[in-house]
Order: sequence, then structure tokens, then C-alpha cells
Amino acid sequence: MPKAKVTFEDIGVTITVPAGTRLIEVSERVGAAITYGCREGECGTCLTQVISGGEHLAEPSVLEDQVLKDMFAPRGHRLACQAQVLDGDVVVKPA
Amino acid sequence: MQTGTMSTRPAPAVRVRPGQAVEIAERVHWIGVLDPDLRSFDIVLSTANGTTYNSYVVRGDKGVAVIDTVKEAFAPEFFQRLESVCSYDEITTIVINHLEPDHSGALPELMKRAPQAHVYLSSRAPMMFKALLKSTDVTPSAFTLVKTGSRLDLGGRTLAFYQTPFLHWPDTQCTYVPELGLLFSGDVFGCHFCDDRLFNDKVGDFGFSFEYYYAHIMRPFRQHVLAGLEQLEPLDLQLIAPAHGPVLRQNPRRYVQRYRELATARLNDQAVGEKTLLIFYISAYGATRRMAEAIATGAEEEEGVRVSLYDLEVGDVSPFIDLIETADGIAVGSPTINGDATKPVWDLLSSLHTIHVRGKLGAAFGSFGWSGEAVAMMEDRLKGLRLHVPFEGLRLKLVPTEEELAQCQELGRKLARHLVTPPGELFAEAT
Repeated sequence: MPKAKVTFEDIGVTITVPAGTRLIEVSERVGAAITYGCREGECGTCLTQVISGGEHLAEPSVLEDQVLKDMFAPRGHRLACQAQVLDGDVVVKPA
Repeated sequence: MQTGTMSTRPAPAVRVRPGQAVEIAERVHWIGVLDPDLRSFDIVLSTANGTTYNSYVVRGDKGVAVIDTVKEAFAPEFFQRLESVCSYDEITTIVINHLEPDHSGALPELMKRAPQAHVYLSSRAPMMFKALLKSTDVTPSAFTLVKTGSRLDLGGRTLAFYQTPFLHWPDTQCTYVPELGLLFSGDVFGCHFCDDRLFNDKVGDFGFSFEYYYAHIMRPFRQHVLAGLEQLEPLDLQLIAPAHGPVLRQNPRRYVQRYRELATARLNDQAVGEKTLLIFYISAYGATRRMAEAIATGAEEEEGVRVSLYDLEVGDVSPFIDLIETADGIAVGSPTINGDATKPVWDLLSSLHTIHVRGKLGAAFGSFGWSGEAVAMMEDRLKGLRLHVPFEGLRLKLVPTEEELAQCQELGRKLARHLVTPPGELFAEAT
């Protein structure tokens, strides 16, 4: 199975995860400070800044795009509960 | 203990009077409302003598800010009090520390009366803000999203924002006035207590209300409380003005310290450097108990894991809630009776919303006679609470054999091993 590396810049932790893992699944296990509420892509609480490797994340769904818009999220931001890591290296931090 | 100038100067005796604001610091007024008849707040909280919805006005040389509003039903009284210290056209700024309806109820009307005012919200708040206004005829003309580090100069009075998510909503923030050492703390350090003497050194004893409020509102977000305190503790705190209950002018830092005490893990002093696994069971004929004991035996083989075993038949589950709050993992066992897990187990599992359990390790097990639905039902509940349940629950028919007890021991070993395995390696295993 393809793997990817995710780095949480706020706590300086990098881990290898299987492709398809959502950022929130990893962040809650390693203790990164990404907050989250519904985990369903509705509340926008888990807004996360993608420092690099955004191209290694699955494209946002229509729902995620709408929430990012409603949250006035700047470019390079994703919802951790929706964004799936596909491959390569991704560096993120809480927004 | 730090003692500020606010707490040493002679404290004026005041009583809240209809239509009159109360000065709490130089150029800062309380314009909230009293709700002495409230006995049940948001269905889940009780209060013996009501509550207050606190709102404040800060006057600078360049502008006037309103900090939070009140519950909609109390809007007329709020506006009367506001009008006693400023006119609507003077208001340049509205800060909402937290959009829950008890603090934002009068916001749409305030935005109508002061359309020129700029609204400042937490960067987590815009979706809730939009939802709040959707049933009104108010369109937000101008608002700015702020987070920790954002500041606003009112002229001689600065508003500095501190984002404190989940204390107790995702959008929660505190607003600090550095010139006065004044913290508008929102629901943090608040309580449901109503007394028209307003200040903590004049009102009746509200210690119980303060603790009760923490236990029911803040405790589920213990880790966020600790993160919030990291930001607030370094501040020079002369005065804390929360969104409910007394204004804390005498020894305000004591309330911050109390939050630190309440949020600090209790089991840590017994199991320093170890992971903790709690095994709860209830057993009709001893079969589920034997399973629990075998799981414990297996788990104890792992170095660095402290295992504890508890029989839920004692009835009162509340002491266990404290234990679970600081544990790393729990396993819950119940026989199946009439197609369900037993009541003490549900009592335990329905009490966990008052503490933080997300991400803890969870497992279920149980003996059964005919069907055995209890294990899957308990697993569903654990998953619903967002515990991590990586191993399928163990359900065994009637009295376990030696071979089946070995399966229980293996489950215990797997749980313990999981607790001491670094997260990165767990993900590697999954591949």
C-alpha cells in the first residue's frame, strides 16, 4: 500500500501513514494541536494550514470547498477531517 | 501569589440598579443583566440562584467597544443599561468572545442600532455567525476574524485577543485590556450565580457554583483548558470579567490557579511514566469476571502499563469517571441480558460526556448465554464517543475454557502493547 509522510510542524513530529489516511486521524494520535469538532466537514473547526506538499492531498470535495469558503480560509488551508494524504511528504500546522 | 492594585484598593459597595451601568475599572462598565429566577440552564445545568449574562463597555479615546451581549429575552434591559454609558453612534467595535445564544442573543439588534460598528469574532466563528444571523434581517456589514496575537487600538485602551478554542465552544476567545490588566474571559472563570452586589468580594459564597460550572462546562475539554491557561497565566491579571457570575476583582489569580488545579491529572502522581489501562466488568455468574481477570493478567505482562480492575456491581459509577479521565485506555465487560448490556455498564458509558475521552484506547468483552449482543453494543458506544477501538471485542459463550481464557489474555497483551507503542509505529503496522 502506498505510504506518505506527514509532519506536524507545531510539535515537530513526522510519521509515516498509509495512503488514504485523513489528517485528523493522525493528528489526534500524535497530539498535534489541531482542534476538531464534528469530524464531518461541517463545523470548520479543524482548519489546518498546509505548509508544503498540498499536492499530495486528495482534492477537496464540494462540501469541503464550501466550508473553506464560509470560513474565509486563505489559500493553502484544508479541513483536517476531510483531507486525505495520498503520498509524498506533507507538512501541516494548526491554522 | 500576585496581588494587583485592583485587589488592594478599597472596594466600593455597589448594587446593580435598573437602567444603570456599573463601573468595574476606569472607562470600563458592566452592562449585563441579572437572571435571578433561572433554575435550569441549557437543560443540563442547575443553579440555586439564577445567573447573570455579563456584557461590558470599554471606552477609548478613539472608539467605544461592546464586549459580548446577553440572552435575547433580556435585550431591553441590556440596551437600557448600555444607553446609560454610551450612545449607539459612538460604538465603533463589537467583540463577541463566544457566539452561544446567551451571549449573542442581543447581537442582531445591537448591530441594527449601531450599524457602523465593526464586529470582531474568533477565526473559528464565521460559520456560526452566519447561522446566527440567518433567521434575522441583519446582514453583517463589516466583521473581522481575530486570533491570538490580534490587537485593536481604541485609543488608550487596547483589546488583545487570545483564542481559547473549546472553552467551551470551538469559537471561544478571551479579550484582554493590557493597560488595566483586565481579562474579558467569556465563559472561562465564570459561573451561574446571580447576586446584585456583582463583585466577588461582595457577593455571597459562590465557590460551589464556580466548581460546578467548571465540572460541567469546562471539564470535558481538560486538554484545551490546559492549553488556554498556558496563554492566560502569563498575563498581568488585575481583574477578570467573565460572561457569567461575579466580576473577579479580589485575588483574580486565585481563580486561574484553581482552573490549573482542576485540570491537572490526578492519577499522574501514582503512575508516573506508565500507561494506565482500566478494566471494568460486571458479572452474573463469574464468567465475565474471569474474562476480565484474564485480560488483566495478559496486560500486566507488558512493561510500563499499570492495570486496574473494577467491578461495576458496586453501583455508583461517579468515582470511575475521575479515573477514566486520566487513564490511557479502558476495557468494559458485561454479560448479555435480554439482548442488552447491563445497566451499570450503561450508567458508566453514559457518564463519559463530562470528561475528555476522545482518542483513548477502548475495548469491550463479555460472556453470554443465548445471543450476546452486549459486546457489539458497548463497542458502538465506545466508538461513538470517539475512543480508538482497534481490536474486535471478545464475546464468549457461558463459562470460558482455558483456551478461551488464553484468548482473553492475548487481548490484554494486545491492548497493553498498543498503549506503549509510539503512534508512528502503530500507523506503520497498519500498512
